[in-house]
Amino acid sequence: MLELAIGIILGCCALGAGCAMIAGIGPGIGEGNAVAKACEAIGRQPESIGQVRSTMLMGCAIAETTGLYALVIAILLIFVAPNMFVNILMNVIG
Amino acid sequence: MKKESREYAAKDILYVCMMVLPILAGIILRVLTKPLSEGINVTGAQIYFTVPMPIQPLIITEAQINSWLVMIVILGACLFLTSELKTRNVGVRQHIAEWLVEKTEALVLDGMGEYFMGFSPFIAAILGLSALSSLLSLFGLFPPTSDINVVAGWAILVFALITYYKFKCGPLQYVKSFCDPPLLAPLNIISEVATPISMAFRHYGNVLSGTVISVLVAAGLQGLSSLILGWLPGFLGEFPLLQIGLPAILSIYFDIFSGCLQAYIFAMLTMLYVAGGFPMDLYFERKAKKLKNNITLEEK
Repeated sequence: MLELAIGIILGCCALGAGCAMIAGIGPGIGEGNAVAKACEAIGRQPESIGQVRSTMLMGCAIAETTGLYALVIAILLIFVAPNMFVNILMNVIG
Repeated sequence: MKKESREYAAKDILYVCMMVLPILAGIILRVLTKPLSEGINVTGAQIYFTVPMPIQPLIITEAQINSWLVMIVILGACLFLTSELKTRNVGVRQHIAEWLVEKTEALVLDGMGEYFMGFSPFIAAILGLSALSSLLSLFGLFPPTSDINVVAGWAILVFALITYYKFKCGPLQYVKSFCDPPLLAPLNIISEVATPISMAFRHYGNVLSGTVISVLVAAGLQGLSSLILGWLPGFLGEFPLLQIGLPAILSIYFDIFSGCLQAYIFAMLTMLYVAGGFPMDLYFERKAKKLKNNITLEEK
């Protein structure tokens, strides 16, 4: 019974980490849009390439934040959470 | 004349030692204390030793040691570049130093305006510390920026600066800035607290994700090469065919490009938030009014 409980904990942590990384879709689409618009802007005004590039990198980095939140949560779920939950279970059982 | 030049040479050797020796020391420490491990594992900063303290034992980790090493390297580089400053017959070093200072000042002038010109040493320090900390992974050392405690410390520093500049017009104005539409005050407070958290997570997550992906790719390549050459006997079976060179391409992106980009973004965001939080117009208006009052008082 205990093995089953620990198995459920480990499996759900892995599932949760996988689900969390679905958030990677959002930044992907957002950054793709940003880069596409930057390409258009450079095509229209090639002399402003430096400014457009630095603004684009900045915007991409900020758009990436939500993806990084998901990544941090996924890493916590894989490396930190299983230990913690198993410890809680052990404490509850005694 | 000769004695002076000899003195300069001795100083230069000292400064170069200051730049090279800390990295060597870090590598030696790492080799001596690293536990032997089999297979892949992603671990946090290793604890070197703990100092007993009255309330809580002080834990000295790899991240702290490495960031101190980076600080010594930067100090050595600064002293090396700025020794022998002259007004005529300028050397290469002074050119580099001047170029760095001019670039940072232009960046600060662009991002923050003339009032904040005093910020350029701070921004340069953040840029140098962050970039060199991330580049430390090129030497096989633990990059301090992939430990959230280090980056959270910097983010808290930036948060304190933002709050200080928001307080410049008095506490009433500070409270008022949150309830711009009064109904949204709770959300504004949350977003204010989220600023340092998101800055820390952005920097730390980018560097850490590079480490994790590099480790996973290296492990995958190991599996593939053992699949291809595994049937050969002895040493040939363990030959790392695919691990030669391929991880280096990833390293160019994750270690060099991403590290430098994150340093730039952290500095840019610092400038943006500090300059954005400061109510410049109101501050100067009040200052002018105060000056006017003082003048009229003196006239009376």
